[in-house]
Amino acid sequence: MSEQDFLRDFPLLNNKVNDIAYLDNGATTQKPESVIQAICGYYGGCNANPHRGAYALSVKATDIYENARGKTAGFIKAKDPAEIIFTKNATEALNLVAYAYGLANVEQGDEIVLTISEHHSNLVPWQFVARTKGATLKYIYLEEDGNLSQEDIATKITDRTKIVAVTQVSNVLGLKNDVQDIVKKAHSVGAVAVVDGSQSVAHMQVDVQALGADFFAFSGHKMLSPMGIGVLYGRYEILDHMQPFLFGGDMIEYVDEQETSYAEVPARFEAGTQNVGGAAGLTAAIDYLEKIGFERIEAIEKDLVDYALPRLREMPFIELYGCDSKIDNKTGIITFNVKDVHPHDVASILDSQGVAVRAGHHCAQPLMKYLGQNATCRASFYLYNTREDVDRWLDALSKVRRVMHLE
Amino acid sequence: MNELEAIYTEVITEHSRCQENKHPLQCATCCQKGHNPSCGDEITLELQVEEGRVKDAAFTGAGCAISQASTDIMIDLMRGKTVEEARSLTDKFMAMLKREVTDEVELEDLEEALALKNISNMPARVKCAALAWRTLKEALGRAD
Ligand SMILES: Cc1ncc(COP(=O)(O)O)c(C=O)c1O
Repeated sequence: MSEQDFLRDFPLLNNKVNDIAYLDNGATTQKPESVIQAICGYYGGCNANPHRGAYALSVKATDIYENARGKTAGFIKAKDPAEIIFTKNATEALNLVAYAYGLANVEQGDEIVLTISEHHSNLVPWQFVARTKGATLKYIYLEEDGNLSQEDIATKITDRTKIVAVTQVSNVLGLKNDVQDIVKKAHSVGAVAVVDGSQSVAHMQVDVQALGADFFAFSGHKMLSPMGIGVLYGRYEILDHMQPFLFGGDMIEYVDEQETSYAEVPARFEAGTQNVGGAAGLTAAIDYLEKIGFERIEAIEKDLVDYALPRLREMPFIELYGCDSKIDNKTGIITFNVKDVHPHDVASILDSQGVAVRAGHHCAQPLMKYLGQNATCRASFYLYNTREDVDRWLDALSKVRRVMHLE
Repeated sequence: MNELEAIYTEVITEHSRCQENKHPLQCATCCQKGHNPSCGDEITLELQVEEGRVKDAAFTGAGCAISQASTDIMIDLMRGKTVEEARSLTDKFMAMLKREVTDEVELEDLEEALALKNISNMPARVKCAALAWRTLKEALGRAD
């Protein structure tokens, strides 16, 4: 199967109306027909409130929902489906950890260690926990080549550290972090490790047990699924000792006027009616990804990066970020600027030529400040992208400075 | 591409790189920050308002060509205007961006700011053009 065949699976891309090179997969991916059909199929044939009805249709909806949980557990190699909690996105998953674990376990004088390349979703909640509890936030900064400073990893995680929060792949630099090593370090001081898998889970095989992660969060929409379904993986032993995040229906065992006992994990963390249609879409997305396999997906992205980078380096007016890693850990994200042109202007000019890239701070303002940039442009690839998309992007780029009357 | 060239005209790109109004203002009587959180553009607008008139204005900050040009043009336009005139020109500019006023004769007193009229064809960028004017309006709200 060639890349062209993948394109055929994606209705939004496979038509003349949206004639675009979609290079904003770091923000969200397009959806294959099978995922769209799964959502339609759920609402068209199986919709009922799961866990609540004694009738066959409700049982069917419950099965679809719980099947998605099992599927997701297998996808990230969790030991037990109960370790999968559905949320609306990675942000909610990380907030769940911050509220239900962080507030309960971090005390005054404790430390929370983050990396400077965290997305706001894995940073702002920890600022909140630190401020509320009187704890200190410490950052792991970067080496020259954009990788995490080994020295900081060695020195900043200490006996005072209660939580280490790290992204598996930076959404700006596109570099894979050695999460396994950081988790080991966190565990050696008795801290828990919270891993943001938003930019990794759709692009490489994740094994939460091999990583040793205590928590692992991601969004469905960045991995071919609909918006509105996300996942928090948590180790059962930890989840089992946590208080709920949200309170209400479905998360209870018994409710009296003054007292409530809570449901078992994972129901304890899924208050209210859940996104069953989204879960059906997620199942179909995992099926699609597993059919193709990550070896194939990684090869496609690597080919596009290897094709684009030398050509970008030949353009004297292009500045690249995170593209000189000393180790082989680059993913399909290329962040760049055009000299003397603001990223928003670059993105508008590319858009006018049918190329969709992201411009701005990428919800990583501390990283932008650290890099000394107000904003950057980002092209991010996925399995349906082709070398023609790259050509179109580079061709459009070559015109940017002319449009801005700089040449 | 054509639509784009109607936006990135030489007037706009030149103003976007012009540094004349881009500096701190020594005798400022009021200072207002403006920010587009979704794109990170931010400006600090300083005004010297005396006897009901904008005697001088300047700005600092960073942003895209459209926000920078719009700020620069606005400052040129406002210098010497009464606070009342400045307010009404600001309203007219906003109305132009929203296409509530399209008649070129009516828009004439916006002078060079008319060059930003075509931004209304690019909804994603309207907020860039509006930033400085929104900030000015806030500053003037506090100026009297
Ligand atoms: C690394 C990273 N973490 C977290 C998020 C947040 O994802 P969402 O907005 O779907 O919650 C994103 C996506 O924007 C991301 O790239």
